[in-house]
Amino acid sequence: MLNEPILQIENLRVSFRIQNEFYAAVDDVSLTVHRNEVLAIVGESGCGKSVLALSIIGLHPQERTRLEGRILFRGKNLLSLSTNELNQIRGKDIGMIFQDPLTALNPLMKVGKQIEESMDYHTSFSSEDKRKQVLELLKKVGIPNPEQTYHRYPHELSGGMRQRVVIAIAIACNPALIIADEPTTALDVTIQAQIIGLLKELQQQLDTGIILITHDLGVVAEMADRVAVMYAGEIVELADVYTLFSRPLHPYTRSLLHSIPSVQTPREKLHVIQGIVPPLPKLPRTGCRFQSRISWMDESAHETTPILREVEPGHFVRCTCYKNFYFPHDRIGDMEYGIS
Amino acid sequence: MEFLKINHLKVYYPIRGGFFRRVNDYVRAVDDISFELRSGETYGLVGESGCGKTTTGRTVIGLIKATAGEILLEGKDIAKLSSREFSRYRRDIQMIFQDPYSSLNPKKRVLDIIAEPLRNFERLSPQEEKRKVQYFVEKVGLHADSIYKYPHEFSGGQRQRIGIARALTLNPKLIIADEPVSALDVSVQAQVLNFMKEIQKEFQLTYLFISHDLGIIRHMCDRIGIMYRGQFVEEGTSEEIFNNPQHIYTKRLISAIPNADPQKRKEQLALRKQVEEEYTNSFHQYFNHDGKAYRLKRISETHSVAIL
Repeated sequence: MLNEPILQIENLRVSFRIQNEFYAAVDDVSLTVHRNEVLAIVGESGCGKSVLALSIIGLHPQERTRLEGRILFRGKNLLSLSTNELNQIRGKDIGMIFQDPLTALNPLMKVGKQIEESMDYHTSFSSEDKRKQVLELLKKVGIPNPEQTYHRYPHELSGGMRQRVVIAIAIACNPALIIADEPTTALDVTIQAQIIGLLKELQQQLDTGIILITHDLGVVAEMADRVAVMYAGEIVELADVYTLFSRPLHPYTRSLLHSIPSVQTPREKLHVIQGIVPPLPKLPRTGCRFQSRISWMDESAHETTPILREVEPGHFVRCTCYKNFYFPHDRIGDMEYGIS
Repeated sequence: MEFLKINHLKVYYPIRGGFFRRVNDYVRAVDDISFELRSGETYGLVGESGCGKTTTGRTVIGLIKATAGEILLEGKDIAKLSSREFSRYRRDIQMIFQDPYSSLNPKKRVLDIIAEPLRNFERLSPQEEKRKVQYFVEKVGLHADSIYKYPHEFSGGQRQRIGIARALTLNPKLIIADEPVSALDVSVQAQVLNFMKEIQKEFQLTYLFISHDLGIIRHMCDRIGIMYRGQFVEEGTSEEIFNNPQHIYTKRLISAIPNADPQKRKEQLALRKQVEEEYTNSFHQYFNHDGKAYRLKRISETHSVAIL
């Protein structure tokens, strides 16, 4: 059912130097992205999802970062490439969509020129061809009257139009993989719905793989084919989207799904996840990292060295604490607000 | 009598240009809106960015001056008062801001942050003040010792609760919450929302809740007003708005919310397409030639829609 893999991440660990000590922000992550597939990476801020994305295209400062493991893109290990070799790939075979279209675009450059820019590096089109291509792209991402938009500056466009331009840049060189880091977070709901629709459409058309990074489970439910849930730098659950939403297993996934106010099924009280994600240097390096946030569970419920295990075909869960997990009954008072 | 009544409120910003920087036109940020809040309820203002919901909230608390219209708090028009006279009413209205990282002064201790409104309005001895601050700090679920800490020592959810404690100190009647959780992670968001509901009962608060997130609005609000380009297009109870939306703009907003059930993807897409078609086809039923909404018409006791 799954197409050929285009990106394989194997045992990736990304560590940052904080006062001469390296701390892993992403730990033991293995993932595969296939052609024509949307893989979502979900988690709260600080869980390492953006760090993971940036390490694929090598955007971490080299002197402060240590990368271990392998990231294979069409068989080539991206981590062992030189900057020059990497430049041949990123922007061409791997496109990137950033969160905030206003900061991702150059305010002093006309929109059309910005889209041409990536072609300047990666193709040898004549300027006439490039222009034609850009107009084609603008039409593809649903911008009305491309000729006029070509000559506009980013500030003259609305938020949704800007994000469309960013998407046009990402797909300019027919990438095999697109990394979309919170592509709709800065947008209004109606625009968000349009952009989600557009990304899905483009993905089918261009037969690309998309890594969708988001904290919004609603967007995941609408777009993703497979989902990886990250907590404190690790993948805690990985499954196809239908399984994840109908049979979530890991306590973190279940807690997240319980804490979102839903329009479709309103509920009286929202679930609160106790405590906080410990800061990077204080992260527990052994045992289940979610342990401190479900303290009502017995310690023996956790593994000492939790690994990501396949519990049914295609459904992976870390640690054994999911087996007997339950939600504490409406506790009120200190626990509820995570007193510290 | 209504607790807070807004009558034909307008907030216009002049656009100047040309010779002598004369006023050419106005940005009609809030264009003739009327609504009322009953004591103890949560009223939600919803709309997309730029629709004027924040301007409305800020005008009610007096941070922006109204161009025209009345704001009646328990029968007194506070829009017409000078800022000196207004300060007497200001203690009844407090605000919770969007971003807990920028709304707390990083150089002040929690004690000084929370005591600031007290120092403005009440003469308390340092002991009394400290006792009162500690009372509220514990109310919002933080440790009493934390009053000597600085904002950076707290997490996002805790900071937002400090902001709430500050809003509570003067026993306000009305709290304006402008996107109080949109800067927070979902799990922290749940914590703050639950907490706001609890203190509402305890302190008999009325909320004017401003948000763009319809899930949160549905969870929190009793009644809802939908804003579009400075005007109301629909107003009704939470049930009415979500189960029986009448205005095409409301329908469009609701259909755009991502459905958290991946099984229903196709249906959601079909619904969106259908609403989008209806939106283009029946545009003039709902909007006049300038793209402005019509006047609100009452269709039931509690439900009003802006249609011809």
